[in-house]
Amino acid sequence: MNQPVVDALSRPAVARGFRLQWEAAQNAHVLLYPEGMIKLNTSAGEILKRCDGATTIADITVDLERAFATSNLSEDVIRFVAFAVEKKWLQIPS
Amino acid sequence: MAANPLVNAPARPGPPLWLLLELTYRCPLHCVFCYNPTDFARTGAEIGTDDWLRVLRQARALGAVQLGLSGGEPLARDDLEPIVAEAHRLGFYSNLITSGVGLNDARLRALKDAGLDHIQLSFQDSTQQMNDFLSSTRTFELKSTVAALIKQYDYPMVLNVVLHRLNIDHVEEILEMALRFGADYVELANTQYYGWAWHNREQLLPSRSQVERAEQTMKGFRERVGSRMQIYFVVPDYFERRPKACMNGLGSIFLTIAPDGTALPCHAARMLPGLEFPNVRDSSIEDIWYGSASFNHFRGDAWMKEPCRSCPEKARDFGGCRCQAYLLTGDPANADPVCDLSPHHHLVTEAVVRAERPVADDPRQGPEEKPLVFRSARNSSRLFPSRDEN
Repeated sequence: MNQPVVDALSRPAVARGFRLQWEAAQNAHVLLYPEGMIKLNTSAGEILKRCDGATTIADITVDLERAFATSNLSEDVIRFVAFAVEKKWLQIPS
Repeated sequence: MAANPLVNAPARPGPPLWLLLELTYRCPLHCVFCYNPTDFARTGAEIGTDDWLRVLRQARALGAVQLGLSGGEPLARDDLEPIVAEAHRLGFYSNLITSGVGLNDARLRALKDAGLDHIQLSFQDSTQQMNDFLSSTRTFELKSTVAALIKQYDYPMVLNVVLHRLNIDHVEEILEMALRFGADYVELANTQYYGWAWHNREQLLPSRSQVERAEQTMKGFRERVGSRMQIYFVVPDYFERRPKACMNGLGSIFLTIAPDGTALPCHAARMLPGLEFPNVRDSSIEDIWYGSASFNHFRGDAWMKEPCRSCPEKARDFGGCRCQAYLLTGDPANADPVCDLSPHHHLVTEAVVRAERPVADDPRQGPEEKPLVFRSARNSSRLFPSRDEN
């Protein structure tokens, strides 16, 4: 199966069967899926919670840079989204 | 004031992230490898809907987030839908672990509306003949229909097949069947020997060559189909040299509530001698998890004996499984005999050697020494007559 291309115009969404939520008891975002759970670090959680299937990676990046008063996140975001797509946490709707 | 630097006092544990509700021991199937206790027929009355809802609220407040709804057959409870709805409202990720019996279109629609996240459907084999024999029911066709229904309702399809001597040679066909159903995940779960599976162990334990062949087949299949179907292979621990990190240590992340409300650190733990497990009718989940003697007993490593206590690997596998240590050696504080450092390891290797006898062409009529005992209330009562019958 070919991996979909991940670029600035991709609109990633949390994959079917997965659910992202904030867990106060773990002080972290977690990704829930059939009989499993991934505890996310802060950056992964912040990226994933912006992946709504409508927003482009470019816009997600702008929002993150604004929220955390930083710049040059573009490559990091694309790299993480590609990783999450490979892991099947995210899908890129065609 | 640690007198012995090798013994760690138990730190305050984290929350019970994984909550398993065994809603009932009633089950339309009679599987020979079921892990339910063989004395389930003498378990007290099932707790009520309000009790289950209270358990959900209390456990969620502590941080529980993954919810298993199991049994027995959870669909045998007619309050499954309100239980799922409350779990959804509270933010649990809910997993229904089912034989499929009782899952019709109306019920699946109601469960979907209630917010059920995932369904794990069990099969006993790829053939109707063996599926129906192993479960002592005619359910293969029904399960196939349910598999289609699960797809229709857009659930991720997760199939679970318990492997043992009588079906492990069918791994290729089982995986083909899963692919045909459009499964997203397949769990090939080598039998763990507790409950009915323990009772039937001699007839269920595969030979080493069967296990190795199955693993090869599975790997070949995995390469061929790629990532569209994920295959999990639950390792048959009798063939290993180190034990599994059972439950990640008792009282670490898993909490099971049995049908009568007994709280357990693992679904098999009720067998462990000398421990009085609390009941959700009398205690809150917080008191049970953090305060009860039975949940604290196997935390840390003060309970360990040698060779575990001084073993550098104790932080990785916690000495293995307490129930397996008890079943095989009579003492739950011993090392899990799967470990080749255990002085009781021969108990495992001897069972493996006995399993080297030829596998019959038709295992249902094989030259096995004693007949398989099917999981049923009748057999349970026969094995464990209640006091007033005595």
